[in-house]
Amino acid sequence: MNLIAEAIAWIFSGDTGLLAPIPIALLQHLAYTFASVAVAALIAIPFGWLIGHTGKGRDIAVAISGAARAIPSFGLLILLVLLFGVLRTPEAAIITFVLLAIPSILAGAYTGFEAIDRKVIDAARSMGMTEWQILWRVEVPLGLSLLVAGLRSATLQVVATVTIAAYVNLGGLGQYILSGLPLRRFDIVLGGALLVAALALVLDGIFALLQRASVPSGVRADQSVRFAPKRSASARTAPAVS
Amino acid sequence: MNWVIDNVDLIWELTLIHLRQSVVAIILGFVLALPLGWLAWRYRAARGGILTVTGLLYTIPSLALLPILPVLLGTPILSEVNLILALTIYAIALMVRSVADGLGSVDASVRLSATAMGYGAVRRFWVIEFPLAGPVILAGLRVTAVSTIALATVGALIGIDNLGYLFTNGSQRRIIPEVLAGIVAVLLIALLVDALLIAAGRMLMPWSRAKRRRARRGALPLEVSVA
Amino acid sequence: MIQFTEVTKEFADGTRAVENFSVVIPAHKTTVLVGSSGSGKTTLLRMINRMVDPTAGEIEIDGASILKQDAVKLRRRIGYVMQNSGLMPHFTVIDNVATVPVLSGVPRKQAREAAMLLLDTVGLDRSLAMRYPSQLSGGQQQRVGVARGLAADPNILLMDEPFGAVDPIVRADLQQELIRLQRELGKTVVSVTHDIDEAFLLGDQVVILSKGAQIAQVGSPSEIIENPADDFVASFIGVDRGARALTLKQTERGTVVVDSEGRTQGAIVGGPG
Repeated sequence: MNLIAEAIAWIFSGDTGLLAPIPIALLQHLAYTFASVAVAALIAIPFGWLIGHTGKGRDIAVAISGAARAIPSFGLLILLVLLFGVLRTPEAAIITFVLLAIPSILAGAYTGFEAIDRKVIDAARSMGMTEWQILWRVEVPLGLSLLVAGLRSATLQVVATVTIAAYVNLGGLGQYILSGLPLRRFDIVLGGALLVAALALVLDGIFALLQRASVPSGVRADQSVRFAPKRSASARTAPAVS
Repeated sequence: MNWVIDNVDLIWELTLIHLRQSVVAIILGFVLALPLGWLAWRYRAARGGILTVTGLLYTIPSLALLPILPVLLGTPILSEVNLILALTIYAIALMVRSVADGLGSVDASVRLSATAMGYGAVRRFWVIEFPLAGPVILAGLRVTAVSTIALATVGALIGIDNLGYLFTNGSQRRIIPEVLAGIVAVLLIALLVDALLIAAGRMLMPWSRAKRRRARRGALPLEVSVA
Repeated sequence: MIQFTEVTKEFADGTRAVENFSVVIPAHKTTVLVGSSGSGKTTLLRMINRMVDPTAGEIEIDGASILKQDAVKLRRRIGYVMQNSGLMPHFTVIDNVATVPVLSGVPRKQAREAAMLLLDTVGLDRSLAMRYPSQLSGGQQQRVGVARGLAADPNILLMDEPFGAVDPIVRADLQQELIRLQRELGKTVVSVTHDIDEAFLLGDQVVILSKGAQIAQVGSPSEIIENPADDFVASFIGVDRGARALTLKQTERGTVVVDSEGRTQGAIVGGPG
């Protein structure tokens, strides 16, 4: 418990010595995170929507997501940094972050569309909506909530990897954890860890609110949308039997 | 490539260590997630709390959780126990949801008929509900296993050596084949464990073999002209 | 008027849902396609608004082939009511009804005003206009679906088992509503059902289909009941052993009509009308 107090004291003292000041590190962390997620979104969302709308290419997407999960982000980061050369570390890092973020956003995009009742899409088409109109007026609004869930997951993954990227001197909040260790300054290590944890939790909270807000009004009245396999209706209304 | 050939022993040794750390965490995570997931499913009131807490724990990046855990639990920070503990916590967080959702996916009419036939609660859980929740739970277990194996590499950053050592060492000494070897080794182990889990699933759940890939898209059997 | 000429539909997996189907659907009347599942009736219906295109044959509306027309524009001119209504869950009731006019470029305010009138037409309270479909009962949702189908003032209204998903009391209510609407509006209605009683209740012309959209009989309900074409039709509509196989029985108070189970269904009053 003493260590926690010391860590908090360190945070507020702002005495980071040779390391960057906390606000700078925080800004770096956020900048890398948001830039990478934005780029990943620009790539993944159109593909995800295409897969969700046409129903094709889903198997490839699932396979990619599965394979991507097995790749250690730390290893990928080191590999790219070595390949690009020390001078181009930021570029290598951003590419790593973007690659990491793509699977979750892709999945969020197409599962969002897949979760929509097929009858609604059929009705929209039979009323005379063009494919673009179906996409923008029906699928995107109804699929938004799961897309945000995908963005949320991707953002947290990137935050975690940016933390690790302090190992290649990228800055960010991870530098306190990694630099504190050899110095045996465990107050700094813990302080850095608490800062990272706090950042992650705050971002997660913001996304949770965004996710709820992105459920269209008519749907909110009916159910809550979760990033989880759909449960059978009967399981939902079953009385608890012991 | 020469590096790899010269250091096969090292890679093998690290692989075994890595497997040990990961598998312990996966098994522990699975075993602990079962009661938690069951609670979350059975008692509506508990569900929110359990899922929120596990969700929050999962949100914390690994490199941050590793220093925080020792302070909370008194384990020494630079020990393997600490890493395995952190990995277990992540595994639990991932699995609890799968267990809860898996149990929830069991058709209520099946449960009711089991009770009507005279199954007691405990027997019904182990003989009916848990097996039928199997496919969903297994899917979650596969995701958890693969994620844990990849995640374990972070331990190297705080000096707990496993395959992640190939990354830190390879980074310091700028040996690309070493880093590549590490990535490939992790991928291979993950693939292997995943395949084993699939095989186990097929053996233990022969009824689920009959189910083809769950048709995600709604069943409108008619073609549609989109011209 | 809608005309099918030797229409065939073979799906990618080889099933022949429709085989050489030809029929004329008269304008301003209700035609009901009835048959069990697998008879291709829904496929036929969905060919009219080109949700499905025939593999062979011709479909014409008022003499013009629809296969040469733009499908999207065609669909906006034809009303379509589905089972389970298929309402947009994220649109309010009023916006659901106004969907097609808005798609066609009508200003939203104007479309909504017209939609309000339609709510009246289908017997819905105006207070429901700003609600969402999930807040409505099944019967109310179906009425919204009908209103939506009517919004663009189409000549043709297609209905795919529109009352299948609601309970019998609501269904009877909605069926009567449809009859009343038809009397008022005189649209060309093509409806699909597996319920022969509904077909006889709603249809001016009934088309009885067997597998592969083979026509077992076409005619008005009276024609079919009085003169079933073959054993299949007779058994389908229940005149041999089913609900329409009625016999007379003398009682003290007069002659009653008794069904095949021996239950009295009604009494004979007066003479032939």
